[in-house]
Amino acid sequence: MRFRGKIVDVACLNHFTRVVTTISKLTKTCVLRLNPDKLFFVLSGKVANGGVGMWCELSQANFFDEYQMEGFNPENNEICLEVAPENLSRALKTVQNAKSVKVKLTKKHCPCLTVSAELPTMSSISRVVTHDVPVDVIPTRLWHELKEPSMPDFDVSIYLPPLKTIKNVVDRMKNLSNFLVIEANMNGKMNLKIETDLVSVSTHFRDLGNPPSGDGASQDGSPTRDPHSMAEVRVDIRKLQQFLVGQQVNPSKSMCNIVHQSVVHLILLHEDVSLQYFIPSVA
Amino acid sequence: MQCVVTGGNVKVLAKAIHSLSRIGEELYVEPQKDGVSCCATVRNTITSSCHLALRSVNSSRSAYACFLFAPLFFSRYSIPNGKDFRCKIAIKSVQSVFRSVATLEKTVEKCHIELDEENDRLTFTLHCKHGLLKTHNLSYQDSESLQAMFDKDACTTNFRVNPRVLVDTVAHFPPSLEEVTVTVSDERMWVRNYVEDETERSKAMLTELCLASDEFDHFVVKAHNSFTFCLKELRGLLVFAESNNLPVSMYFKEPGCPVVLSVTDSVMEGNFVLATLSDGSSPPKNKSKGAHTQQSLPPDDFMNDDMDSYLIAMDTSVASSAAEPPASTLTDPCTSKLPEANHKTRTHSEEEEEEEVADGPDRPPNKKFRSLFFGSVLPPSPQMSTQPVTTQEVLASDSEDES
Repeated sequence: MRFRGKIVDVACLNHFTRVVTTISKLTKTCVLRLNPDKLFFVLSGKVANGGVGMWCELSQANFFDEYQMEGFNPENNEICLEVAPENLSRALKTVQNAKSVKVKLTKKHCPCLTVSAELPTMSSISRVVTHDVPVDVIPTRLWHELKEPSMPDFDVSIYLPPLKTIKNVVDRMKNLSNFLVIEANMNGKMNLKIETDLVSVSTHFRDLGNPPSGDGASQDGSPTRDPHSMAEVRVDIRKLQQFLVGQQVNPSKSMCNIVHQSVVHLILLHEDVSLQYFIPSVA
Repeated sequence: MQCVVTGGNVKVLAKAIHSLSRIGEELYVEPQKDGVSCCATVRNTITSSCHLALRSVNSSRSAYACFLFAPLFFSRYSIPNGKDFRCKIAIKSVQSVFRSVATLEKTVEKCHIELDEENDRLTFTLHCKHGLLKTHNLSYQDSESLQAMFDKDACTTNFRVNPRVLVDTVAHFPPSLEEVTVTVSDERMWVRNYVEDETERSKAMLTELCLASDEFDHFVVKAHNSFTFCLKELRGLLVFAESNNLPVSMYFKEPGCPVVLSVTDSVMEGNFVLATLSDGSSPPKNKSKGAHTQQSLPPDDFMNDDMDSYLIAMDTSVASSAAEPPASTLTDPCTSKLPEANHKTRTHSEEEEEEEVADGPDRPPNKKFRSLFFGSVLPPSPQMSTQPVTTQEVLASDSEDES
């Protein structure tokens, strides 16, 4: 298995760093999946993660000037590594002004993703900095857990209000309750509600718009849903907040799919990066 | 004693105090009287005898800092005649006098420092704009003299570099990083983070920076060496050096001997002495970061990144990672590694063992950084008298007679 990528363009480096930093705020550890065309940051929704799942997809050509990889074997031409994105983020942040940055899979004291960069200096010889981020190679028998999650049979699909606004609301609500209800309907309405013994608070959003139906792989095959009826999910507010805190870039499109009392599926689309985040409901 | 600091020097003094606060909890104040300065310098020797010394040391005595201010630094400088005066003050109190450096710059015109011996106080009076006077009365305690013995002339390896280079280097390491290893060869300096535990090594991120000798104003290496010291303490000096735009000089002899970092200008000298880990390992040969491969830019050889050998090992028991040669207990007289190691040095070892208990919970267990360089000055105790005084080429002879 081999991997070597090189980023030369400053804007690409910056963008890549921001993606990795966002991922690092969402989870302490995740799987980096590499194939010849794309990179994925994957967190499979296991009980250990509190049921939260994440899927982030990047097209390598949009970031890397050079990209070479050889997967496990020709049939499984992919590499799956478990990594702490925080380390990767830290490494990338320090090399923002580099002339070029290389990311390689290496074997040092253990398998590592080595980020090495040439930094500009006053003298003729560049400064070379190397960061070795330890990784765990994931054996092929576990790869089935890392597939792209299929679009759930959602009840409602709706565009999100500006993330900053939601974040402000959620931040304040977090002080009052541990659980938040997200509800929305196919008529562009969304509410965020909390309820405790002492107080109940809800924030209403209108005219959000709904993505055209027929989007996504599997759709609800049952008779047309009443557009005014709300689908809701009750989630742990901290998980939602964690998702919002990490967002560094305004997405070009943001939407969420709700499966009534089951899971909320948040989707953020940037030009060259897509991020999906699943938060399960709590009783 | 009376000193007056005016104008821009107030800021310099404030920054010096903030730097010292990164080292220890107490500020030792001592106006020097003698003709012999105990911090011998290669150049810019402050030979004028009456300078003011501000010093600090950390609890495990593995880091020491000293700022010497010549009389010219002050607009007025008079010291008590006759008896030696020295004291120590809680550094946090002094810091609170000079709390906000930015404000100081804008509002403070002068700073008076006066000794009030009757009440055991040092009075700091800040003369600010608009006739405002801020007076701080800080109680002091009498103290022993605190002087580290080091001889820069004996240090075969020395550098001088623009502080910006070091600040940029240090920026690559997380603020929480404790220790760094610096390895030098004829043309290069490598700085990497030091990971103590075997177990940590498999999880820790390793960072290494390679600097070419071109980046230094002065770069002399007599022997290829590595030395490991605490980065946190260095940062205090770097902040000071950068804000005053003074080049930083580093003096080093061999692992186990302390590394000395200093900044000087015509009226002031700052020295930071940091203990180094006594690992006798030569520049690492097992890693690809060995000296010879770094002479040129790392080649674009894809082949070296072959993972196949790892994959084969994956299903069988994985061989233990290539370890650094374990730090050996050297018989080097500079070495004092573990409490039970033979303390042939001139330190007061029993004193150190007691002090280890005093280490705060946030201090790393600096067992390996046993203080190596204090040749002074505590009142004689039963243990002291049995300590053999070893001859040590780095040391000056025993400190002055304290009577």
